[in-house]
Amino acid sequence: MPAATVPATPTAVSVENVSKTFRLPHRQYSTLKERALHPFRSTSYDELHAVQDISLEIAEGEFFGIVGRNGSGKSTLLKCIAGIYGVDTGRISIAGRLSPFIELGVGFNPDLNARDNVVINAIMLGLSRKQAMARFEHVVAFAELEGFMDLRLKNYSSGMLVRLAFATAIQVDAEILLIDEVLAVGDAAFQQKCFEEFFRLKREGRTIVFVSHDMHSVERFCNRAMLMEQGRMTKIGDPREIGRAYHELNFGRLAHDAPAESHSADGTAIAEAWFEKAGGERVTSASQEDTLSMCFEARLGQDLHEPVFAVTLRTELGHTIIVARSDQHGHSSGSFKAGESVVARFAIPNWLTASRYLLTPSLAHEGTGESALALVEDMASIVIHGETSGGILELPVDVRLERL
Amino acid sequence: MSTVPDIGLPAPPDAGLPTPKHAPASHRVHAPSAMGGGLHRFWSLTFMLARTEFKLRFFGSVLGYVWTLMRPLMLFGVMLFVFTVILNINKNNPVPHYPEYLLMGIILFTYFQETTSGSVPSLVGRENLLRRVRFPRLVVPLSVALFCLFNLGMNLVVVFVFILASGIAPMWSWLELIPMVMILVIFASGVGMLLSALYVRFRDVQPIWEVFLQLLYYGSPILYTVQTAANHHFLNIPFSRILVINPLGALITQGRKALLQPSAPSAAAALGGYGRLLIPLGIVAGLFALGLWYFNREAPLISEKL
Repeated sequence: MPAATVPATPTAVSVENVSKTFRLPHRQYSTLKERALHPFRSTSYDELHAVQDISLEIAEGEFFGIVGRNGSGKSTLLKCIAGIYGVDTGRISIAGRLSPFIELGVGFNPDLNARDNVVINAIMLGLSRKQAMARFEHVVAFAELEGFMDLRLKNYSSGMLVRLAFATAIQVDAEILLIDEVLAVGDAAFQQKCFEEFFRLKREGRTIVFVSHDMHSVERFCNRAMLMEQGRMTKIGDPREIGRAYHELNFGRLAHDAPAESHSADGTAIAEAWFEKAGGERVTSASQEDTLSMCFEARLGQDLHEPVFAVTLRTELGHTIIVARSDQHGHSSGSFKAGESVVARFAIPNWLTASRYLLTPSLAHEGTGESALALVEDMASIVIHGETSGGILELPVDVRLERL
Repeated sequence: MSTVPDIGLPAPPDAGLPTPKHAPASHRVHAPSAMGGGLHRFWSLTFMLARTEFKLRFFGSVLGYVWTLMRPLMLFGVMLFVFTVILNINKNNPVPHYPEYLLMGIILFTYFQETTSGSVPSLVGRENLLRRVRFPRLVVPLSVALFCLFNLGMNLVVVFVFILASGIAPMWSWLELIPMVMILVIFASGVGMLLSALYVRFRDVQPIWEVFLQLLYYGSPILYTVQTAANHHFLNIPFSRILVINPLGALITQGRKALLQPSAPSAAAALGGYGRLLIPLGIVAGLFALGLWYFNREAPLISEKL
């Protein structure tokens, strides 16, 4: 299907209606004896549709991300593109030299020293022995492992190992690179170096297809991304949108799974908790810099004077980010009668870093707020997407440089 | 200081999918093949795998290489003791240069044994490579044959040391060893290809093959010569001929004539005519072709079936 108009960039990888099914036998007959004893027992198969009818075009020089949950078929698709698995239907075409590897450190042998392993790995990647030798010094310098070259790999730390693997891998001359889960490597300084190397590859116009669970790096590097679910492509486009969709896929439904009510003896309960955008629309995900309200509805089972409504926002790891209380700065909450329902809203400017957060609402007697009448841990959750600088907050920063 | 990556930049706007158009150099991606990917890459991968195996095997142990030489030599010593001292088979009908003959036979057979039994689990053992890298699959069993060839070379040095020490002067016919070794390598690697691909589907290939190798060891003229068996018949065919139908038997018989004793019968003579040499050669060629065909057929699926 040649297009009438000449596109700005030619296609590097073209996947047309590709499907891949694995046949998993129910009973594995792997010995002749079993086969001889049950010659007529038909082997039934479970069909695992790892990749189903995927079509996509990746342009030359594009940084393309594939995301999805475990078992969604990302790696299978990558292996089909790499030509490690054959496809059942459809076709895959590539223009340009393809790197033959999809993971770091393939063929590394713990019993050999780093020097041998680098050469082995480089030959696997398609370099000749001579080329591998010639680039050896560069690899060592990049990995910052001078002085460890004669050490066997089994004595390497895992961080040193990935550094060596990464440094070797980027020596590959291929125009199209396929990479499966590699970016979470090394310490912060080395990661920074890897990122720079990725930007270099990007500038050089190499095409990179990149499978990851790490939305930060997908959003950071990729021009486009695609989301896979159960072997199908569910979404393709802007990496931020894909990242959002991925988070929702992972966490979205959990946001509604929280227990509905929590009663105390007299019927005091928290009926519901949720997040709201500025307009009052309930959301389970939000962008930074919107105003975000943490809300809950409480039903009062007794008359209360100056009760304390409070919310605690925590990260998934349980670190508390915000504690907001209705009695902050001496505010009065007033008096309430039994049977009343109250909605509490705590609006904040949303400077949270991209992640998932959990909301714990509580209602307590006047005073310290410690003696809770009702409290539901992690009742609602929200996924924030956008920038990540590495801190827990993305506060607006006014940067000024002054020449002295 | 602009080393900080531009994380704040929004992704470049992309008008949906790029217009589909194949670049001129576009080619279709197929499942991995047995060969392909260029002869140079094929060779450098084979050599690299064999070399790695070699390093792993020998650099860890103190005496390293000596042990590889020791194994066939120990077997040789035991056999020599049992057959010449205890059983004394040489008493009535002495085989000239029996120790050298025995050693040569053991070492040629050892090559066949190491290559084939090493090939059997070779694909399964390299699972992590096969599942992650695209490379011609045939590299894997052939690297085993190559690795064992290093050993054969070293072992043959020992054979020649023994031959010279026994007083045999160098002969031009020693050069026959070169085509003989080539035939041996083709034979062993052909069987190796077949077995390695079969083992992916049927795991009991391994024990079956071990038993078969043992039969082959005693069924080949290693401990005895074709002449020893000449008086026995099977369906009116002298045993000696049956022994030489076996390519290993033919090689060892020919080796005896070429290396040790020019007066000994050649493989052709033992078979009863040059034309009949086509039988063992045909077996070698046939098994190699069968191995190649089967391996080639299985190659695209190997990474899935492991």
